[in-house]
Parts: sequence; C-alpha cells; structure tokens
Amino acid sequence: MSDVAKLLVGSAVERMEDARFLSGSGYFADDLAVEGMLHAAILRSPIAHARIASIDASAALAMPGIHAVITAHDIGDTIPIIPLRLAPLPEFEPFRQPVIARDKVRYVGEPIAIVVADSRALAEDALETIGIEFDALSAVTERGASETPLFDFAKDNVALRYDAGFGDADAAFASAHYVRTERFSVQRHTALPMETRGMLAEWNSLAGRLVVTGATKVTFYNRRALAQMLGLREDDIDLIEIDVGGGFGVRGEFYPEDFLIPFAARKLARPVKWIEDRREHLMAINHSRDVACELSLACRSDGMILGLRGRVFADMGAYIRTNGGVVPAKAAQFLPGPYRIPHVSVSVEAFMTNKTPVGTYRGPGRFEANFFRERLIDMAAIDLGIDIAEFRRKNLITEQELPYPIDGLVPYEGPTSYDTGDYVEVFERALKEIGWFEKSHLQGKLIDGVRHGIGLGCFVESGGAGPKENAALTLEKDGSLTVAVGSSVLGQGLETVLGQIASDTLSIPFDRIRVLHGSTTLLDEGFGTYHSRAVVMGGSAVLDAATRLREKILQQASNHLGRPNSELKIVNANVIADNGASVSFAALAAGHDLQADGTFSNDVRTYSYGTHAAHVTVDPRTGAVKVLDYIAVEDVGRAINPAIVHGQAIGAIVQGLGGVFLDHLIYDEQGQLLNASLADYLVPTASDFPVLRAVTLELRPSPSNPLGAKGAGEGGIVAVAAATANAVAAALAPLNVEIHHLPLTPPRLWRLIKNARERTTNAA
Amino acid sequence: MKLPPLDYICPATLTEAIAALAAYGGNAKVIAGGQSLVPMLAFRLAAPSVLVDIGRLPDLKNISISADGIDFGALVTWRDIERDARLAQAHPLLAAAIAHVAHYQIRNRGTVGGSMAHADPAAEMPGIAVTCDAMLTIVGPTGTRIVRANEFITGGLSTVLGADEILTSIRLPLWKKARRWAFEEFARRRGDFALAGVAAFYDIDAQGLAYNAHIGLIGVADRPMRLPGVEAILDGRRIDADVILQAAAVARDAVDPADDIHAEAAYRRDLLGVLLERALARAADIVLPEAA
Repeated sequence: MSDVAKLLVGSAVERMEDARFLSGSGYFADDLAVEGMLHAAILRSPIAHARIASIDASAALAMPGIHAVITAHDIGDTIPIIPLRLAPLPEFEPFRQPVIARDKVRYVGEPIAIVVADSRALAEDALETIGIEFDALSAVTERGASETPLFDFAKDNVALRYDAGFGDADAAFASAHYVRTERFSVQRHTALPMETRGMLAEWNSLAGRLVVTGATKVTFYNRRALAQMLGLREDDIDLIEIDVGGGFGVRGEFYPEDFLIPFAARKLARPVKWIEDRREHLMAINHSRDVACELSLACRSDGMILGLRGRVFADMGAYIRTNGGVVPAKAAQFLPGPYRIPHVSVSVEAFMTNKTPVGTYRGPGRFEANFFRERLIDMAAIDLGIDIAEFRRKNLITEQELPYPIDGLVPYEGPTSYDTGDYVEVFERALKEIGWFEKSHLQGKLIDGVRHGIGLGCFVESGGAGPKENAALTLEKDGSLTVAVGSSVLGQGLETVLGQIASDTLSIPFDRIRVLHGSTTLLDEGFGTYHSRAVVMGGSAVLDAATRLREKILQQASNHLGRPNSELKIVNANVIADNGASVSFAALAAGHDLQADGTFSNDVRTYSYGTHAAHVTVDPRTGAVKVLDYIAVEDVGRAINPAIVHGQAIGAIVQGLGGVFLDHLIYDEQGQLLNASLADYLVPTASDFPVLRAVTLELRPSPSNPLGAKGAGEGGIVAVAAATANAVAAALAPLNVEIHHLPLTPPRLWRLIKNARERTTNAA
Repeated sequence: MKLPPLDYICPATLTEAIAALAAYGGNAKVIAGGQSLVPMLAFRLAAPSVLVDIGRLPDLKNISISADGIDFGALVTWRDIERDARLAQAHPLLAAAIAHVAHYQIRNRGTVGGSMAHADPAAEMPGIAVTCDAMLTIVGPTGTRIVRANEFITGGLSTVLGADEILTSIRLPLWKKARRWAFEEFARRRGDFALAGVAAFYDIDAQGLAYNAHIGLIGVADRPMRLPGVEAILDGRRIDADVILQAAAVARDAVDPADDIHAEAAYRRDLLGVLLERALARAADIVLPEAA
C-alpha cells in the first residue's frame, strides 16, 4: 500500500454522495420518466378480513385514460406466492402471501386490483369507481383469538411454536435464591424511510426482456423470485438500483407490487411506474416489532444470574413475508444479551392477525430483547439491593470468556459465538460518559417540577451475514476506477466507504473512483444489504478485487517498464520503478483490459457490542419526557469512515427514540389501521432530540474478515428502548411506577402514575 | 393521494370571488394557503367541483392596529404574525399562541382566515379568537356581516360561513398594557396539534383584584371554548395559589373531552387543569407548591 499517512480507511472522508444529494441531483424512483410511461395505482382492501364476493371494474374501464384494471382473475389460475427469503421454515409455507387477493382479504391494505392509467390522478379517480362486494369476517387483532382462523386449512392462528435453549434452566430456577417474572411488550411500528417505495417497469416485447428500475436491498434474490413468477429466465430481467432514500430493513424486500407492476408492464407492453404514497406506505410496507415477552430471571442472592427463561409472542400480521420468523427468532436469541447466563430456555410463538404483515426493521428482535432484559435486570438489581451498574458489571461476559458460544437459541441456525470484545471496558466508558457516579444522587429526584432518571442498556448484536459478496473492479481507459459491487446502497454512504477501500489498495485518488452498486447488470451474482453486512461482506469483496487488480496492474507495468514487480511501487495512480521510470494507470489501461473480480465468502457473524446510557426528566403531571443527555458507546471493530459510523449511530438513536416515545401503528378492534398520515403516525424529526452523543470504539477487530469490521448500522438503535425506559423507570421509581410496555407516551405515563397513586391510596 | 378532478379559478376581486362561489352553489370551496384543504382533497375527504383561490385578492394581507382594534386580513400568514414586531407588545397572547402553530413550511403558507374557516378544535387561532372576543368580517352577495368568534364556530370543523361567503378579516380588541396573561399548550412534538391548550388573561384593578378574566381552551372539545365558570372564580379575587387550584378544579369538571388515538379523555381533562394552573401561575407571577 502507499504512504500510511495518506490512507483513507479509518478517516472521516467527506461522502462522495453528498454533493449530489445536497444539490438536488439525487436520482430517485420518482425522478424516473420515459416516453409512453403509464402510471399505476393499487386498490387496497378497506376492510381487514372478508371474502371477496365480486369485483366490478366496468365503470373504471370505461373512464378516459384508463388502460387496464388488473385483478387476480387476470393473473391466472395460480397466483404467485411471495417466497421466504430468510429462515424458510416449512411451518411458514402455507402462510405466505399471494401477490394479489383473489378470494379473501386478510388485512387493510392488501392489494385487490391495480389500475393503469395515463396519470396517477386518473388511476386514483378510477379506483373510486371499482365496486367490490365483501362478505365480512370477524377480524382477528390479538393473540389467542382462534375462533376465526385466517386460513381455512389452519385450526387456529398460530403459525409456529418452538422451544430452544442451552443448559438446564429448570434446574437453575429450582435452585435459585431469587426469581422474578415480568411481561413486557414493544408496540407495532415501522421504519418509515422518507422515500417511499417505487419503481418503473419496462417490458421490451421484441427482446422478451424486462427492466425494473428502483430496486434495492436484495436485487439478485428478487430477480430470481420475479423470474419464477413471470416464467422468465433470470437473465431476461434487469433490476436496476438508483439512489435510495432510506431502507432500514423494510425497503427492498419482495412485496406484492414487485410482481404486479412488472406484470402490468408486460401485459400492456408499456412502461408502468408506481410510487407508493404515504398513506399506502403505512398500510403496505412491512410493519415490525410488535413482540411481547414473558421473561424470568433466576439469580443468586449476590446478583449472579443463574438462568433466564423467555417466552416470546410475535404478532406476524396476516401473512409471513420474505423475512419469515426473523423478528421473533432474534427477539428470543438476544434475550441473554452480553451476560454470562449458563442456563437459558426460550420459546417462540408466531401468531397471525388481520394486520399488515411483519418484516425486519433495523435491529430486528434486538431492540425488543434488550428492552425486555435490561428492564428486568434493573428490577432484579433493585430487589436484591445491588447497584444496577454493579449488577451488570458482575454478569457481563469478560474478555477471557470469549469466544462465548450461544448455540441452540435459533433452531434453524448453526452454532455461533460472540467473537471478540471487552464488554466491561465499553460499559465503564458509557458510565463515565453519562456521568453515572456524579449523577447517581439525581435518580428519582424532583427538581423544578420534573423527576430525573438515568438508565443503562447493554447489548451485543450480530451482523455481517454470509454467505458471500462479489465485486468487480475495472481500470477505465482514462485511468479512473469503476467499482461494481453486489451490495446495495440505501443512503448509508456505502459508495464512499467502498471508494476508500479501493483507493487505499490501489493508490488511486478517491475522486477518480466511481462506485456502481446493487443492479443485477453489474455482476453475475450479488447478495445485497441487510444485517449490517455491506461493509463486512461487500467491503471485503472490494478489497479482494482491488488486491487482484493491483497485481494485474503491477504485472502490466512490469512488462511495460521492463522492471520486475519487486522494484515497482504505486503512487497516486502511477507505477514507479526504482530506476525512476514510471507509467500512469491511464497509459496502462489504454493498451490492456485491466479488470479484476473479487469475492468474499464467510458464514461467521460479527458481534458488535456496547452500552447506551440516557438521562431523562419526566414531568409527572403531564407525562412529558425530555432526553437531557444520551450516550451510545459501541465497539465496531473497525470504522472505515468514522464520520459515517457516527452519523449511523446518531440517526439510529433518533429512530430508536421514535420507537420508544412516538412511532405507533394503531389498529382498532375491526382491524382498521388508524394512522393515515404523518399527522397520526408520529416520527421523530431532527429537532426533537437535540442532545445525543455517540462514541465509536475500535477496540477489538473482527477476526472473520480482512477489514476487521463488524456491523455498525444497528448498534445505535438496539439498546435505545432499554436505556431510555430504564431512565424513565428510575425517574418514576419514587412514585411506584414500573415500565413494561412501549411506547412511553405522555398519556401512558400519566396513566401509570395515576394508577400507582390510586393503588397506594387504596392500600393506605 | 392525488386531488380529485376539479376546476380552479383565481378571481382578481372580492366581488368576482363571491360571484363565483354563488355560481357554483355548494360545490365550490375557497382556498387560501391550502394547508388544511389540500390534504383533505388528497385524502378525498372533500370533493368540491371547483376551487376558488382567494390568494390574489387585494387588501387581505395586512395587519393594522388602530383605536378600534387589531385587524388581520384573512390572508395574513403565521409567518407574517411572527415577523410583525408590533405584536409582541400589541397582543402578546396572540404572539405567544402563534409560536406553537405547526412547522416552518406550514407557517409560511397557512393563513389566519383559513384556520378560522377550517375551525380545527385544537388550532391556536380560533382559540385566541374565541378567548379574546374577536369579531369576524364576512362578505357575501348581499353585503357584509360581522360575527363574534364564539358564534362563528358552530361545531367540529363547522362555521356559520355560507357557501357563497368569504371571511375577509378578523379583529381582536385592543390589548391593555398591564394585563396579566399566559398561553400554555401541550403537544406530542413541537408544532403538532395540541392535546390541550389554555389561553388566559385578566386585568388587575387598583386593589390588586382580578377582573375581566378570559379563559379559553383548545383541543378538549369539538371547538375552542371559554370557561365562564372559571372566569367567575377569578374575577374580583386576588390571584393566589388557592384561587388557581380552585379554578383548575372547576376547569377539569367543566370539560368533557373525547378519547382518540393520541390520548384518553381523562388525560386531556387532567392535562388542561395542569396547563391552566401553570398559565395562571405564570400570569400572576407566582410559584405553585410543587406537586409530585
């Protein structure tokens, strides 16, 4: 490599994307426009559970500017089913979602028909004229409502149950000095990327080829799924990724529209564009969280944890979509967290309701599990009279105990172990940052009408899922470098990070690098972006390709300069020999194709870890919570770009605070979604939580990849509910209030305080 | 979320605008800043056949202060109020209330007249108008009429405005200099609609006793409301902690809010009591004993 002082990896390089975004030159799905383009709008079920008796689209078809109304009938005898991308357990197969409702609707928002028109406005006008007769069925909106199965083949609405664990939890609990059991829950909410979904599908009937622009996340997987549904060869479909305004897990999975819009384009032989509007988004995008847990902890009297038992109950909504049971499985797997708990038993129950299906959202299962466990740890520590920080310190896994196996918590996954780290050091750092010792006298204290509380939340979190990622690097004729990668860009700064890696390896200036990503046209095979894997896997693939290309460049230069490789070095896109002779990359590329493929295969996950701490005040009269200070400390192994990692962390904390205080998808008893707009679905904005801090550490690199990087996109969110809810609970402890359920809205806290007061009064 | 099919006209004079409204009967809708109407159109909750844009009408964008009161043209925006340096003195209660209205983009476009005509029960301007006995000028085909704010709003999102009438201005009575006042509002996020809000003022006589108390609420009923029972408690009294707590207790009993997805009714009822206590304490410049 070149001069160490000039390495970009590890430095806060300004994002190459920023000029484009800040100047309004981003290129998003709704910027797409081509000649002859038509617009689609989707008729979505207005009721939660019903049989469809009839659909009458004749009035719509008679309207000017309407090209087609497509229903299940037009799609054929067999309606394609959306596959399980992750954890394809056989139990879930019958609960998968057809791309359009034919005989029955199972949630408000389920597609029933699509209208294709000259404009979106005309398409929406036509939607209003389509007559549907429903035979309404009673809506299932909660666990245990089994009298109305959603699926005719099923005897009840439970899709899956399993038990997992290690050690002997029963024995541990039987012998424990102290046991406490509590029930917790996290409300249904979603990621809400600012850019809703959208795509343009273009069918070339002469060539028999389909191009879909606006794809992201797992484009190669989605192409395979789409090819099967449309009866096309995979290489007759291109999925093109352009700029993406946020993903957070929900954007880019295979949704019904990912079939319906291409189907319409092929049927009409016209380009068809569809942009999800915000109201649709709230009812159509994957919902998430919505997990309840009965959690028990068994301890010795000195606070050493002996065992943990957790029963996880997950409302999966009306269908099992691409993510299968990842949300509840991870909620169960991460219940023990970064603690030494020898005996663990967990169970998972995934049940179906007449609500929008659930998928993964940033920190799936972890956000919930950390909240459940960290809350119970505070309760146990207080019961046992042990300082809540000391309780954690005592039970955190020490570095000497790593790697620490956590096998057997997810039945469909192989053995896995927490890899490297110093959990205790990071914990102590968070205490120092929040001023734990200085502020301990504030716990629960009433000052100027508000009560203070400081809370902690520890976590460990997996990232970097395999199996593999690919990259291809090309030295262009002008001496610039093109990096193509199978990872997807979701607005997270991946182009910059991959550019840094390539720049260092090839000693080529950063501004001479162009990063192409995600599209299926770039590579034979790609795996995409989820599970905080894009740097770990995609970055390592780029590093591999860059190393190979470097060898090719040196070999070519050796031929050109007549000097052996050992006498050559690369400086600023020139190869220079010991004798002073040199040749530029451009000159080398002019005469030869200089291209290299790279790949990185790995099934060993990375485990980043950290501690969050929050200092809040609660106005006990209104229930209003103010976050006075927040610190997230995380060891990510290696931060390729500290500024980007910092931004990821701060953004994730804000998003997590939304999940604690604001975001809430609310259904009534009829299964109606009551959030129709962002006036009803509250998301945190940039000014709502002004005092947030994040410290990124690089204490222990990952041993599983050459960059040493661990997943860094989710550690900022996974412990937010844990730390914040503990802080609120600490503030309200003098009022005998305990926190079990999110969100912590002012009316809910007010109600808890009032009920606690009435209990106290009645008891007295 | 595209607008339903409709026509659009943009008259140059008030007479033309009224004529247009009359011509379309009940099928026309006046649009000013569009901050409430456009979302309703996009959600297809409203489907007029024509929009009559009053944005180009002359003389509706002024704020004028005279011996008769403070006049706001219907097209005055929240930003106009915020930027008018006179209002901090001329009507501090209004200035304080308007600081809570929505977000930047909305503040730049939303209008005083639009807010009154939309009559959202949680909106600040109708609350201030009702609290302060504002007089509203309405122009129709047969001429001009003046309506008191509390008679203007007839229920949730409904007013006395006829289909062929336009609200042209709002007059707030002049503000007395030594007046005691406060505005308290509680919303989930800054700029959101209030879960509850209190506008309060009273004057002090030579003996230090309150008179002319005006207490208005937003967000706890289908329309902004006054609390005459609380006003009666305050008038003729020295405003101290006891009076304030008594007033808040009466206020809690005087309202009957509804449950919605943002809050249960009991919360709103209690919240408005807390807000009233805080407003009156601030107006009287006293510190209430700290509750737990």
